[in-house]
Amino acid sequence: MQTQPKLSISHLHKSFSTARSTVKALSDINIEVADNEFVSLVGASGCGKSTLLSIVAGLQTFDEGEVLVDGIPIKGPGLDRGVVFQSYTLLPWLTAKKNVEFALREAGTDPKEISDIAARHLDLVKLAPFADSFPSQLSGGMKQRVAIARALSYRPKMLLMDEPFGALDALTRGQMQELLMQIWQEHRLTVIFVTHDVEEAVYLSDRVFVMGLNPGRIKECIAVPFARPRPAGAQRDREVLELQERVLQSIREETRVEL
Amino acid sequence: MTVQTDKRAEPRQTRFSSRKSIFSMSADFSPSTYIFISACAFLLLLALWLLVTGVGLLKPIFLPSPAAVLARLGKLAADGTLASDVGNSVYRITIGFLIASVMALATAILIGAYRFWEAAIEPFLDFVRYMPVVAFVPLTILWSGTSDAQKFLIIWIGTYFQQALMFKDNIKRVPPDFIGFGRTLGMSDFRVLMRIVVPSAMPQIWDTLRISLGWAWTWVTLAELVAANSGLGFRITVAQRYLQTDMAIGYILVLGVLGLATDQIMRFLGRQFFKYESKA
Repeated sequence: MQTQPKLSISHLHKSFSTARSTVKALSDINIEVADNEFVSLVGASGCGKSTLLSIVAGLQTFDEGEVLVDGIPIKGPGLDRGVVFQSYTLLPWLTAKKNVEFALREAGTDPKEISDIAARHLDLVKLAPFADSFPSQLSGGMKQRVAIARALSYRPKMLLMDEPFGALDALTRGQMQELLMQIWQEHRLTVIFVTHDVEEAVYLSDRVFVMGLNPGRIKECIAVPFARPRPAGAQRDREVLELQERVLQSIREETRVEL
Repeated sequence: MTVQTDKRAEPRQTRFSSRKSIFSMSADFSPSTYIFISACAFLLLLALWLLVTGVGLLKPIFLPSPAAVLARLGKLAADGTLASDVGNSVYRITIGFLIASVMALATAILIGAYRFWEAAIEPFLDFVRYMPVVAFVPLTILWSGTSDAQKFLIIWIGTYFQQALMFKDNIKRVPPDFIGFGRTLGMSDFRVLMRIVVPSAMPQIWDTLRISLGWAWTWVTLAELVAANSGLGFRITVAQRYLQTDMAIGYILVLGVLGLATDQIMRFLGRQFFKYESKA
């Protein structure tokens, strides 16, 4: 019996029009993501990976094709898809906990449970002691952890992450990747992760989609066969490095500069 | 080796910074030094005023002595004139400014969020903004005489158009991902505006309010100068008519103090409202 994919994108096309010209951003995208799968989209700047994620989130429209979640076409954004943005999107006038509660309230959660669920999710990202801190008092990594807790709190079927650790320093980024791994393994949910960091993509994902340029398209899908849980230092293993190299090669072929 | 060079470099560094004069660019000195310098500048001006009037360089009708100005203000304070003039002007600026601010904020939300309304309204706002407020004074008198409504109208014309465009800019600066976040929660456009966009822009909106309140003091004074029978501006025209230069100068000083006080109050309130912005 074939199980239905969580997310199915078929023949998706998207172009941007400016006053002078039309640019093809995405061309004939076909992707299927299984339930509880962790996939990454990697590619050079301008390949449309963030645009694709934004379309799946329902925040951008597309010209042609289909985007199905559990077999049903998406109609704009929805609570079944939680998003973690690259830029910090914590509301600055609310504390960490109140930020999570804000999302829960808007998601229509039973008011009696809101405080409990928020506390539990802050605990999940190990920020319980900072529940009453305002975003201005938190580091970049902590802000993104709250953002992850907030996106998970209302139980979306899918977590869409747009270079969530892109603005963090290398050390913090490593810790965030481990934390995300732990959460994903405990909670089992479908994650689509956009990054330009190949090491990050290979470490986290079951499959890595390499995107090509001009027009943006899926160039190749590379499976990451390594067993889980993957230890923190796994990024340095030889087979892992070889796979990273393969992904990098694939990206490089696209961005080769004509000399 | 490296430790040694470090040790040698350090004292030179401190000597350099300690020698830095308070007149150098971006000089670093304590807040008390800052206040001391500010106070000295004020006192210097006052001393100059005392000197010029004290030696009789200028006739009192052109420039009365500080003592004469103070005595006149004291007299006006004692008989209640000052309080009633201040009261009248404060009443007018409060009402005029509130009406302008509320309308400007509503306009700004409309044109900041909806392209249709931006296209429909903003060019008009930009056009009116460049019309000098003083040019409207005769018209406002024609429309509403010398009543309080005329003062409100002048304050409104002077602040609404500027505020609407500045508020719009404040709202436009809210990061697009904030709006995206709200939409992923299934919030309606209106709800995103009211619960995310406007609160996010609030610290900047407050700054705009503070700056435009400063201008409003100019407009209320203008309105009272040309057509009024009460208020600070009106009293200055009376002073001119009866050659009471001390009263005119006293009232101008009062206006300065009122402007400064409202600005400080707005700053203080802003710090209270937006405490969450500070890292402490």
